[in-house]
Amino acid sequence: MDLSLNNIHHFYGDVEILSGINFEIKSGEIVCIIGPSGCGKSTLLRFLGGLERPSSGEVLQIGSPPEACLNPLTYIFQDFALLPWRTVEGNISLALEDHRIPKQEIERIIDNVLGRTKLTDFRSALPRQLSGGMKQRVAIARALCVNPAVLLMDEPLSALDSQTRELLMDDLVDLWTRERFTACYVTHNLAEAVRLGHKIVVLSRRPGKIREIVSIDTPLADRKNDLVKLEQQQNHLWNLMREEALAADMELNDV
Amino acid sequence: MSDSITHTQTNTSTRLARPVPFRGGGFRIGTVPWLSPFVFVGLILFWYWGSSSGFIHPLVLPSPGESLQAFINLAQSGMLWKHVSASVQRLVIGWTSGTILGISIGLAIALSSLARATFAPLVAAIMPVPKIALLPLFVIWFGIGEGSKVATILFGVFFPTVIATYGAVDNVDRSLIRMGQSFGLSWSSIVRKIIFPGALPAILSGFRISASIAIILLVAAEMIGAEFGIGAYVLLAGSLMATDQLIAGVAVLSLLGLTVSFLIGRAERYFLRWRT
Repeated sequence: MDLSLNNIHHFYGDVEILSGINFEIKSGEIVCIIGPSGCGKSTLLRFLGGLERPSSGEVLQIGSPPEACLNPLTYIFQDFALLPWRTVEGNISLALEDHRIPKQEIERIIDNVLGRTKLTDFRSALPRQLSGGMKQRVAIARALCVNPAVLLMDEPLSALDSQTRELLMDDLVDLWTRERFTACYVTHNLAEAVRLGHKIVVLSRRPGKIREIVSIDTPLADRKNDLVKLEQQQNHLWNLMREEALAADMELNDV
Repeated sequence: MSDSITHTQTNTSTRLARPVPFRGGGFRIGTVPWLSPFVFVGLILFWYWGSSSGFIHPLVLPSPGESLQAFINLAQSGMLWKHVSASVQRLVIGWTSGTILGISIGLAIALSSLARATFAPLVAAIMPVPKIALLPLFVIWFGIGEGSKVATILFGVFFPTVIATYGAVDNVDRSLIRMGQSFGLSWSSIVRKIIFPGALPAILSGFRISASIAIILLVAAEMIGAEFGIGAYVLLAGSLMATDQLIAGVAVLSLLGLTVSFLIGRAERYFLRWRT
């Protein structure tokens, strides 16, 4: 299943947030969206999953999601959004409970996703007992349990410290290499974008327009081995964004 | 680099060295075990000493011995149980029905714009009315018997519960609700599995307020036309100037309050064990 954004415009009141956004997310690729703070990248992600509606333009699903897919467009949030009163297992089963799946099947799915995210030993832990990285792993497990067609990630690593971020980035690369999931990944971190993105959409400051779409052909698994190239790509992105970021930083926030 | 390190080391040996003053203390409440029983025992001892030395006149306050005797008499006559059970029954019925109604209306106000527009101004208008002032009306509406007493408690409990509930729901983390929507959960699942548990801590602390209101209104309601009940017992003792019985009755009320707060504490510990 592909997603396509057609001529998205969005206003909050009189303020234009996004202007003329067009791009596609093809099955099996990770599209990163980067841009200075306040450029509407998270808003764009909410349009993609149907949590908000753009003022004009449309988001199209092209093709239908696979049969086994319980929730085609599934989010992973920056603040994890785990229910603090449910255990790891309970948080994952939350996403399955409304689908009338037999108990044993739910058990099997939970076992499976816990294994894939290396969480098997933490099955009955409460969120408050887990570190930030573990919490985000649980959120990833919860997202995987519904067999998403597209993962929508809203700065998933931004609330984590840099060591944990590095570890989870490796995990995401491994996961993609094994499962070839489709994702739209919003971040303000250029290093994450060049490590994880097949396509990087660079937005300008408000009103957010597409500045450039950068494609990176190096396979995800090999990128860590060519640090020089990674650095060059990151520099290229930074040059695109530098002035925008500077200007965005000077703006007054009153929207 | 290494030069500057040796430099500072030689400096400290010649100059006065003293520990950095600690300024981070205070503002942290710890537990002081055994002090609270001592306060109680100390107060009673003072009271005992005052009564036996004549410092406190028996008309002003009966001695602890007399009050204890009055309590023992009450217990031996079998009336204690009758009074307490009558009161507890009213309390339980009034508080439970007031709470159930309050939580339902509170949830409705919090979740539906229609219900909010309908009920919120009503609640705001009736909330500040002292329910005791309505007691004569309740006697006419619900009869002089149990009805009016339970109704007084119910109304008294209902309003703070409504306010606590809808405030609590308004404060539930929006990002959790958005998460529920993003996984395609049904409306009822979001309410039962995300909103209600998220609001529970604030609802439970509302219980503390509503329970103490319930006890106050219980005594007030029992002062009108009740045969049994701690309030009736205290009122009778007061009108006979039997201050020893009055103190015994007040002690029973205080014990009732302590029991209720203990039970709510237990409920909090059970339902909110996911918190630190």
